[in-house]
Formats: sequence, C-alpha cells, structure tokens
Amino acid sequence: MEAAGKRLSARKSFARHWQLYLVVAPPLLFFIIFKYYPMLNAVLAFKDYYVTKGIWGSPWVGFKNFTMFFENPMFGSLVKNTLKLSFYLLLAGFPIPILLALMLNEVRAQKFKRFVQLVTFAPYFISTVVMVSIIMLFLAPRLGFANVFLNHLGFESINFLGNPGMFSSIYVWSDIWQTAGYSAVIYLAALSGIDPTLYEAAKVDGASRFQKIWNVDLPGILPTISIILILNVGNVMAIGFEKVYLLQNQLNIANSEIIATYVYKIGLLNANYSFATAVGLFNSVINLVLLFTVNAMARRFLKSSIW
Amino acid sequence: MANMAKTRNKIRESAGDKVFLTVIYIILALLLIAVLYPLIYIFSSSFSSPTAVSAGRVWLWPVDISLKGYESLFKNPQVLTGYGNSLLYTAAGTLISVSLTIMLAYPLSRSTFYGRNVIMMIITFTMLFSGGLIPTYMVVKSMGLIDTRWALIIPNAVWVWQVIIARSFFQQSIPSELVEASEIDGCTDLRFIRSVVLSLSKPIIAVLVIMYAVGQWNAYFDALIYLKSADKFPLQLILRSIIIQNNSGSSNMDALKQVERQQLAELLKYSLIVVATLPVLIIYPFVQRYFVQGMLVGSVKG
Repeated sequence: MEAAGKRLSARKSFARHWQLYLVVAPPLLFFIIFKYYPMLNAVLAFKDYYVTKGIWGSPWVGFKNFTMFFENPMFGSLVKNTLKLSFYLLLAGFPIPILLALMLNEVRAQKFKRFVQLVTFAPYFISTVVMVSIIMLFLAPRLGFANVFLNHLGFESINFLGNPGMFSSIYVWSDIWQTAGYSAVIYLAALSGIDPTLYEAAKVDGASRFQKIWNVDLPGILPTISIILILNVGNVMAIGFEKVYLLQNQLNIANSEIIATYVYKIGLLNANYSFATAVGLFNSVINLVLLFTVNAMARRFLKSSIW
Repeated sequence: MANMAKTRNKIRESAGDKVFLTVIYIILALLLIAVLYPLIYIFSSSFSSPTAVSAGRVWLWPVDISLKGYESLFKNPQVLTGYGNSLLYTAAGTLISVSLTIMLAYPLSRSTFYGRNVIMMIITFTMLFSGGLIPTYMVVKSMGLIDTRWALIIPNAVWVWQVIIARSFFQQSIPSELVEASEIDGCTDLRFIRSVVLSLSKPIIAVLVIMYAVGQWNAYFDALIYLKSADKFPLQLILRSIIIQNNSGSSNMDALKQVERQQLAELLKYSLIVVATLPVLIIYPFVQRYFVQGMLVGSVKG
C-alpha cells in the first residue's frame, strides 16, 4: 500500500502537493462548518439561551437543563419508547437478512435467485414519506386494504395506527419489509467468499444441507455478522426520527414519542433551544458510550471489532 | 463446471435434503409475494376508477381502468411545483455532492499526502458523534440559509460513507506507479486529476451519482426543518401534506360533489405514490449492481 515510497515530511508534502491541499480545502471546510461547529454550539446544553445575547453571551447554568430533563415526567417514557423500539428492531430485524441470505445461497436456480434478490432489494429505494404513506393507506381504519380484507373474512375493523400497542410492530415490520433484502446483500457476499474446499469436505463427510449451513456457512460469515451486530447495537439510541415522526398521531403518541421526535418538538417547534440541545446531547453521548462498549466487548469475546 | 456440480448434487440429494430445499423455495416464494403484493396493489389502484378504489374492489389488477388519478395529479399546481423542485434539488445536489466527495477522497487515497490519516479521523468521527439537531440548525441559520434552496443542498452535501467508498476505490484502481511516472514527467496534481483520475473513475462516479441522487430525491427531513415557503418544497413534503396529513387542498375539485371529491382525493394518493417512486424504481434494476458494489467496497475497507 505504501508503495509510493517513504512518507514525506510535512514540508515536502506541502511543497509537492500544494494543489491537492487546495482541492481538499472546500470539502474539509464543509466538515468544519456543518459538523464540527455544531459540536461547539452544543455548549448550549449548559447555558440558558437568550436570542439577544447569542450562544456565547448567554449565561452558563451548568447541568440545569439535564436535571430538568431527568426530572421531567416525560423522561421515563421517552427512554422506554426509544429503547423498546430499537431493541425490537434489533431482535427482529437483525436475524432476518441472515436467514434470507442463507436461504438464497441454497437456491441453485440462478434466475429465481436473482429475481428474489432484485425484488426484495427494491423497497430499499422507497422514500420514508412514501413508505409511511403506503402503511397509512393499507392500515386506514375504513378503506384500508387490511380492514377491507378483515371485513371480508367477517371480522371487525381495527384502527391499527390509533392503537398505541401496535405502534412498535408496525414500525419494525415495515422496516424489515423495506430493508431485509438490502441487508442480505452483505451476507451473500460473505457467503460467496467461503473457501469451496470446505464444501467439498462437508460433502465427503456426507453432511446434509442443513449441517452444511450450520457447520460451514454460519461460521464462515460469523465475522461479518459480528461487525454488523456491533454497528447495530452501537446505533440503538440513534433510531431514526424520520419514520417515527411521520407515523405519530394523537392516539399512539404515548408509545411513539421517542427522544429524537421530542427534541424536534421542544427545540424547533417550541424554540426551547438549550433544553432540546441538552436532551439531544444526552442521546448522542449514551450512543457513543454504547458503541465503544460493544466494540470493546466484541474485540474481547468475538475477536473482531470495527476499530 | 456448474452443470457438473448440479448433476452430482442431484444424485447425492437425500430425501431430507429435498424436503429442506422445498421448504426454502416455499418460504422464498412467500417472501416474494409479501414484498411484491403491496407494490402491485398500489400500482393497480392508481390506474383504477375512483369508485372501485373507494369500494375496496381492487385486489390485484386495476378495476375499471381509468387515468383520473393521474389527470387530477397533473392539474395540481402543488404537485407540479414539488416535482420541479425535487428535480432541481436532485440535479444540483448530486453535482455538488459528487464533486466535493471526489475532491476529498482522492487526496486521501494518496500515500504521499501528509496529514491524510488525521483528516480521515476528523471525518470518520462525525459518523460516531454529532452536535445534534438544534446546534446544527443554528449554524445553518447563522449562515442565512434558512428558507433558501441551498439549505437542502449544502448542510448534508458530503456523506462520510461515500468518501470511504471513493477513497478505497482510488487506492485500489490508481496504481502508485502511474502517479510516480506522471510526477517524473512533470504532470501537476490538478492535471493528473483532470486527465487520469476522472477518466479511470467512471464506475465510482456512477456509484456516487446514484446514491446521492436517490438520497436527495427521497429526503424530506432537511426540507421539513429548514424550509418555510411552500413554493420551495420538494415533492416528498407535498406527499406528506397530501397523503399523511390528508390535505387534498386542490381547488379544481370544488365543482365536484362531496362524495366524488373524496373518492378522487383517495385515488390521487395512489397515483402520487407511483409518480414519486417510479423514477427511482425504473432505474433501479439497471443500477442495482452499482449499489451492491458500493456497499461491498465500503465494507472491505470500512
């Protein structure tokens, strides 16, 4: 990799590559302005923001905004809803792409295999807004397909989206519908990289298809599985705002208000900047700590990690 | 080779394996139906008559084929403006995003570029931690971008993942011997980028263009928080207003009777979904391999 020879000293590199530094400047500036400057602005969490005084002129208040959040009656339900939704998604959504990839890998009819892949991958391209629109049209209380179908079978209509208990299942299973085919791709690639002599050996030993999956396929993709698992667990608190917000309504709000949607409402709709920043910061920090912990555990116990 | 393996498999296949394989085929076929059915249903509904849709008579194929949904769609000024805006944001956003990504990824792929590891760390850290919604909003606000079209293009212009993908592509496909030879010939970095890098990078440019374009076409969050005037809204926000918030808000329907109007408003939702999704789904089979490539390149180096 370092074939281009010795690493240059800073001065030599600047002299030789000044044009490259010019090229790299605009995108780097983008990161500084839109990614790092906001991190500085996050000091808002420790301040009482006055529009007239600006971020830096506003008085420091220490951890007041955080304690306000912890003592807020919403706190318990926000954390519970966020964690419940993410762990449900993790438990149900993580194994399915693996199973899909293992099954596709058994299919010998190449055309069928490719067609299944093409179709299951497609919903990944549907936008969040369209996804939620489809969910709402299908689950609409009166005209929705699901209820028309239930009525045909002689059942009463169900107000799916108005039922707080159904919110997480609607969220999770529509997500799986949308992304399972996409996520399976990475496992399929890992499966195609397994040493063919292992299959030969399994065949000689008279292994059945299931034994072959269990003893060759699964161990072969275990490193990939553990890396994806780390990434998923590390993102547990970062569950997306976009879809939850669109699926919310007055009836299911008790179970559908998560930290991200709360930050949006308190911060941008109610203009309570400092408090919302504190809540958001709490979320990011927990997430970062989680990611480091999971990564360290994986390095220790699974011998693979993302850094 | 594949054929031989197939015949050998057939001979060896035990009864248990046959059952196992059959079960797999059945499950996959069911999955196929579960994914395809909602898509076909939406598509068929959009081409059915308003009364058929409202009466729940559509099951698989269009009933009383009609284009009423599409007619009212193309008479709706909101939808047309949204469509135009989305095309604009997608074209401009993709151009800017791809350029910035390459400008960052290429220097980072050069081993003689001092500071590349530091820059790489600076960039990847933003994947793990962010200032958050409000602090970012305030930066965008202080730059005067609120309620301008730039707010949808600039604040999320570069995705770290795309930089990683492009960088590892450059590392693998531009041999350092080529760089050294060009340097000996007195070729400057800029000229090298223009005449060598860009012409060798068509596959990666394709990946970047497609991913950014799809992302920009499908985005709604930035528009939700940064835009106020409806004439700048992208299609996704219009969709949200019409389908999810149920504002049919179209004036040309006033002449119709209440029931008819409701039925047409319902049908319009299906047509709208098709119109908003079709551009992406039509190109999808042709570009799927680029997506897969992108995912895999990124995962090797990521």
